[in-house]
Amino acid sequence: MRLINHVPSRPNSVFLAALPFVLVLIVYSIASDLRLTENPQDKLLPALSTIWETATRLFTEPDRRSGDILLWLDTGASLRRLMLGVGISAIISLILGMAIGLLPFARSGFASFVAVLSMVPPLALLPILFIVFGLGEVSKVVLIVIGITPFMTRDLSQRVLDIPAEQLIKAQTIGASSWVIALRVALPQILPRLIANIRLSLGSAWLFLIAAEAVASDVGLGYRIFLVRRYLAMDVILTYVVWITLLAFVVDWALKTLSRKAFPWMEARL
Amino acid sequence: MSFVTVRNVWQAYGNRSIIERVNLDVDEGEFVSIVGASGCGKSTFLRLLLAQERPTRGSICIDGGAPAVEPNLERGVVFQKYSVFPHLSVRENLIAGEGFKTRSGYLFGKARRAAIERADEMLQRIGLNHVADQYPASLSGGMQQRLAIGQAMAAKPRVLLLDEPFGALDPGTRLQMHDFLMELRDETNMTVFMVTHDLDEGFKLGERVLVFDKPRWDPHDPGAYGATITYDFDARNGGIPFQNILEKYPKLAVA
Repeated sequence: MRLINHVPSRPNSVFLAALPFVLVLIVYSIASDLRLTENPQDKLLPALSTIWETATRLFTEPDRRSGDILLWLDTGASLRRLMLGVGISAIISLILGMAIGLLPFARSGFASFVAVLSMVPPLALLPILFIVFGLGEVSKVVLIVIGITPFMTRDLSQRVLDIPAEQLIKAQTIGASSWVIALRVALPQILPRLIANIRLSLGSAWLFLIAAEAVASDVGLGYRIFLVRRYLAMDVILTYVVWITLLAFVVDWALKTLSRKAFPWMEARL
Repeated sequence: MSFVTVRNVWQAYGNRSIIERVNLDVDEGEFVSIVGASGCGKSTFLRLLLAQERPTRGSICIDGGAPAVEPNLERGVVFQKYSVFPHLSVRENLIAGEGFKTRSGYLFGKARRAAIERADEMLQRIGLNHVADQYPASLSGGMQQRLAIGQAMAAKPRVLLLDEPFGALDPGTRLQMHDFLMELRDETNMTVFMVTHDLDEGFKLGERVLVFDKPRWDPHDPGAYGATITYDFDARNGGIPFQNILEKYPKLAVA
């Protein structure tokens, strides 16, 4: 039988899914063990047990100076910036994307502008944002918005343009105004795409967030990682990295579930 | 004055003529089939009737009104595919046929309940009441087209335009759809234009069959001249007119 026709059984596919994770853990523990036997003071690859202890401490013990548990404080601050940035981007890109996709006048006016805007490297604008908006929350949120909105807008407007012309004409022949066509024909069909878009953009959003926090901040996951880097505290950094990955994964999974639950007609298509 | 009046219509894209000098009068309640070779402009003519495009020259009027500048409630349409909304259930698709007219696009309260009732009646009529809550993607091609026709009818258009509505269906389903369409037409007496590739279908369903073809042809510049209506058949009585003329007018018989 051809390789493309070999399909793993259910238990096998679970095993195969777990395999890369297990392999990475094994490789890490061997490497860490080798380094630690050579030099027990090594900080580069702390043992898994050390990371676990550090993680427990970070998640439960309050900071001695302020009395807050810093990890939760960082998580709250970062998630707030991320949600704000992504939320604002979603709203702007939805409105702009619909306008560009449906209205020829908006298309003539905005389409090339957005295309050029999406080529601007957002991180290069970071200094400008710090100068204009200060070092507070606004500049970080704005960086995320500038970073992901043009791309989302381009994709959404393209999706609106992909709606078959037949549907738009049909809607007109049953008396729909432009507004009703936007609200009842275009919007429901691109909402699933918006969620898919948010899922794709979250990776970049995290990137911009951590970059902005690393440069200038006093709280946040990215800030903490770059702060403890000075003390070569790999156990803290690794804990934060795993925690960020976990957060990103949970958000992604939640969005996927939401999309499946909210748009049953997408399933019917398959 | 005829119901649908087409006067000296030309349509050209750049200097490529598609159709030219089309004149047509259609009475209310007539079923007109439009046939012709591929690329002869019959779909262009339907788009002009639909007011999706405006003719380069000439005018198309319904019931003596002004020529339309965009598709509107007077014209219902069913395309070969993509005519129904994939994100609405079968019943919601039919309700949309009434609800999209409103300012918000939604119906509320009493109006909505009445629309649901009418939608259920229509579902009964088009034989889709057993799939009322499913989405169009899970229906067969024939069911989707029945839904599309039902939806167009729910908006009560004055002229129904069909663009190869049964082109993508298998022969058995197509015959069922013919019966369905004829029943629906007998009930409503609507004016119908149907573009089709299938001559048999055109003659079976239509009362008139219009043939589009290019009467002039420049071999050095194939795009120079457009197509026009070259034949206008009376398709009643199986496409053989005057066969019952002796029954109607016995005097004509030569003794």
